[in-house]
Amino acid sequence: MSKANKNDNSRRNFLQKLGIAGASAVAGSALLLQGCNNSNKASGNKVKVLTADNKLVEVDVAHLQPGDKIKDLEYLQDRGREGIPGKKFVMVVDLAKCKNARKCMKACQSAHQLKPEMHHINVLEMDDPVRHTSYYMPKPCQHCDNPPCVSVCPVDATFKRQDGIVLIDNERCIGCRFCVAACPYSARSFNWTEPKDAEEFAEVTYDMELNVPQKKGTVTKCAFSADRLRVGKLPYCVSACPNGVYYFGDANEDLVTNGTTKKTVRLSALLDENAAYTLMPELGTKPSVYYLPPRQSKG
Amino acid sequence: MNDTITKENLNDDQIDQDLLKNVNWGNKFKLWLAFLSVSLIICLYFYYQQLQHGLGVTGLHDYVSWGIYISNFVFFVATSLIGMLISSVLGLMNVHWVKPLARIAELVAVAFAIVAGLIIITDMGRPDRLLNVFMHGRVQSPIVWDIAVIVTYVAISVLLLYIPLLPDIALCRDKLKNVPKWQQKMYKILALGWSGKTRQFKIMNNYTRILLILIIPIALSIHTVTSWLFAMTLRSGWDSPIFGPYFVSGAFVAGCAAVIITMFFFQRNFKLQKYITTDHFDRMGKLLVLVALVYVYFNINEIIVPGYKANTADAKHVDEMLYGHESLMFWLVQLGGLVIPFLLILFKPMRKPLPLTLISIVVLAGAWFKRVLIVVPTQLSPYYPIQNVPEKWNHYSPTVPEIAITLASFILVLIIMTVLAKLFPVISIWEVKEEMNHNKELA
Ligand code: SF4
Ligand code: SF4
Repeated sequence: MSKANKNDNSRRNFLQKLGIAGASAVAGSALLLQGCNNSNKASGNKVKVLTADNKLVEVDVAHLQPGDKIKDLEYLQDRGREGIPGKKFVMVVDLAKCKNARKCMKACQSAHQLKPEMHHINVLEMDDPVRHTSYYMPKPCQHCDNPPCVSVCPVDATFKRQDGIVLIDNERCIGCRFCVAACPYSARSFNWTEPKDAEEFAEVTYDMELNVPQKKGTVTKCAFSADRLRVGKLPYCVSACPNGVYYFGDANEDLVTNGTTKKTVRLSALLDENAAYTLMPELGTKPSVYYLPPRQSKG
Repeated sequence: MNDTITKENLNDDQIDQDLLKNVNWGNKFKLWLAFLSVSLIICLYFYYQQLQHGLGVTGLHDYVSWGIYISNFVFFVATSLIGMLISSVLGLMNVHWVKPLARIAELVAVAFAIVAGLIIITDMGRPDRLLNVFMHGRVQSPIVWDIAVIVTYVAISVLLLYIPLLPDIALCRDKLKNVPKWQQKMYKILALGWSGKTRQFKIMNNYTRILLILIIPIALSIHTVTSWLFAMTLRSGWDSPIFGPYFVSGAFVAGCAAVIITMFFFQRNFKLQKYITTDHFDRMGKLLVLVALVYVYFNINEIIVPGYKANTADAKHVDEMLYGHESLMFWLVQLGGLVIPFLLILFKPMRKPLPLTLISIVVLAGAWFKRVLIVVPTQLSPYYPIQNVPEKWNHYSPTVPEIAITLASFILVLIIMTVLAKLFPVISIWEVKEEMNHNKELA
């Protein structure tokens, strides 16, 4: 089945699920076409949809456009598990530039429907034992190449994709929190109660690349903004930083782009020249996030 | 040579009468059951709240995401292991004195193992998705191993309780004429047409023997796998290669204590002094000393080895235990719940039924808190600092609903044990008779 075909099908399923399109699929597509033709005539049935720039809007079913970002859950689930072929995403965090602006944390929390105490990325104040000062260290999920969280999950709800991203399927997660216990970087957070603005998101189709809507009783964590990567954009945190802390890119191409300056540099050179390191390499988790030490860097 | 059953000459009828006495529905029992049921319902109300509002009703948070539910689960699995030690290991070694205690040990095993399975469900964020474990189960995950072995252990333990019970069920069927109709019917069905033929005994003994052997590796694996839930992670305090044997040895301590307490209540309530004798308590006390000694040895290993290597994260964890935040609980548990009881039981007067039971209660409580000490403090010292979260996430204290739900598990165990003890004789009648006749022949 071609992608376009699948898309079309998904819309039909979506409408059927809402119980608007009647019993047959034919009727479903008829309604859809009708809706496209006279977009002025409202049917009175409203649905909430997520637009391409991630705003939640309410539209009349009759006004649904083929380009709207409503898709079938099954399609999103398949796509989310498969990943983006040929890519190996990496992040480089230049600690020397971090001034604790916390714009990354804010952008992340609002994109992912998180409460203030829930962090996909957390800027920590760390002690520098050598110079007796402290420095700020943003800590997202490390997207380990040997992820302990994935090994322990009993239901394959958290998994590693071909492009290196570790995701969560909160439609499958049973909430055992074994992954929380297993992650040595404390990168995971749990929906202990009803998520923020749960009602507003009640009818949004779940996209595991964004991990929204959040669900009570399931785990959440940084997804490297897989939904943004899919449309060729940089992650939320990376583009939000005013201080040029983050580089993001593809290790296969050996290129990373700075989220603030938009300058693209060679990954290997950046790492070599700045004595990059990963967090707790001795654990053997093989992180995909590199850190440049907290000193004035040449980059 | 066998002085655990009193020398007093008991004839078969007398034995039947004594040991079937507990199978009835007296008022005292009804009151007790009503009390338990009401308490259970109150506790279940809190579980309903948890289902409604999520695990947020507990004291758990992102840093201590496993709390007393998981500790309690480990405790229950531990306690249930005693069935294997008493009826299987000692039984197969032909240790005569434990024979009358085997059924009590199996009762404890079955009740605790079943409830352990339920406790794990109360800890799930999405219990409605339980079936996912069967639909999407991944063999790499220790949780899947745990579920598999626990289910097997419950099944074999139930069989081990049931099969040797056959002759006694038949006895109930034949002798108990004034019990309710449904109960008579139940005996008839459960007795599977038992008529006491030699051939039947032979089959029964064969099956029991196979099960007794089978249960040893299964029991060892349930607790070893449970310990792996922790040991397989990279956290200091959990990441330990001796966690398996450490857990198993601790399990026997908790289990022995639970059996002693149960023995005491059965003996007093059902007037079984002739069958569960002071000598039984004395020997169980000695068994407790033995298993506690092994456990102390493992405890020393767990503390000294990481404590000696002074610069690792493990050492920080040990420090925290010995002198830090957890030290009060740590020393109470280690000294009050293990070392002091152990020293006391070395003295014979302390192995009399009442003192031994009291000591066992302390040991059991210590064993419970010990599990909390294994589960919680490790999570409070993660590799990266706890920041930008509410202050209370630096600690963990269970909430009322959490405690109530945990209490529910104990109430459920009591309900299972009392109901079973009211339906069936708690001491194997046919084995006691066999033992008697055997002794007479020797005399
Ligand atoms: S940082 Fe933690 S959550 Fe992220 S992949 Fe590694 S182990 Fe898993
Ligand atoms: S909490 Fe969810 S994602 Fe984590 S191990 Fe359990 S089922 Fe897997």
